[in-house]
Amino acid sequence: MKALLTALACGVLFGVGLCVSGMTDPRNIIAFLDVSGSWSPNLAGVMLGAIAVHFTWLRWLTRRDGAASDAALPANGRQIDRALLGGAILFGIGWGVSGYCPGPAIVALASGALGPLVFVIAMAAGMVLNEAVQWMIKRSGKPSLVVR
Amino acid sequence: MLLALTGGALIGLSASLYWSLNGRIAGISGIVGGALFERGQERWRRVSFLVGLVVAGLVFARFTNRVPAPDLPLLALAGAGLLVGYGTRVSGGCTSGHGVCGLSRLSLRSLVAVLTFMITAAVTVFVVRHVLQLGVPT
Repeated sequence: MKALLTALACGVLFGVGLCVSGMTDPRNIIAFLDVSGSWSPNLAGVMLGAIAVHFTWLRWLTRRDGAASDAALPANGRQIDRALLGGAILFGIGWGVSGYCPGPAIVALASGALGPLVFVIAMAAGMVLNEAVQWMIKRSGKPSLVVR
Repeated sequence: MLLALTGGALIGLSASLYWSLNGRIAGISGIVGGALFERGQERWRRVSFLVGLVVAGLVFARFTNRVPAPDLPLLALAGAGLLVGYGTRVSGGCTSGHGVCGLSRLSLRSLVAVLTFMITAAVTVFVVRHVLQLGVPT
C-alpha cells in the first residue's frame, strides 16, 4: 500500500514538473528540435535541471551508503548494440513527428483532447506489438534474430 | 528558462524519490511497459505512477486554463505513438529513462541513445516542417 502511495506521489511530482516547464505542449518540443526555425533551449533547461538534482541525489546516496550502494551503477549491463540504436531511431522519428514522448503524452490525457488519447493508445499498441515480435522470435528458436 | 529549470528540478526530485522509496528507475516508457506486462502488485505500482501523471495534468489545467493539444491529424499521431511505443521498448528507454535517469548515472549506453533519438528527431522535424511543410510552424 505504501509503495502505491509513494508511486502516486512521485507520478504527481513528475507530472507537475512536466507541466511547469511547458513540456506537455508539443509546440515547445518541436521548437527545441527545430534547429532551423525559431529555436528554443527550454527542453535542454529541463534536462539540465532534472539531471542536476538526480545526479546530486545519487552521489549523496553513494557517499552515504559506500560500497553497499547501487545508486551510482548504470541501470544494467547491456551493450551498445543495434537494438539500442534502432529503437532510439524509431522513437526519435515518432517524437519528431508528434512532439510527444511518453511522459508528456500521458499528462496531456488530462486535457480530454482526442489527440493525446490516440497517441497513448497507439503507444501501448506499439509496446504490445514489440512483445508479440519478441515472443515469436523466441519461439522460432533463432537467437541470431533476437533484437534485445 | 527559469520555469524550464524549475520544472526539470521537480522531475529530478521525482526520479530521486522514486529510486529511494520504490527502488525503481523513473523511466516513463518502462513504467508504461510495466503497467501493461507486469502482474499483481508490480503492475498496480506502475499504474499508480501513471495515474499521478494524469492527476498532475488535471490539477495544472484547473489552475492555469492551459490545455495544449497537438495540431496534427489523428492518423499521424497514431503512427507516431506506434513508433514511440515500439522504439522505446527495443532501446529500453525514452527521454526520462535514458535522458534523465541514464545520464544522471553517467551511463554511456544512455548517452548514445539520447544523442541518437535527439538527432533523429531533429532531422524528422526538419523534414516534416521544412521539406514537406506539414503542420503549423512554431
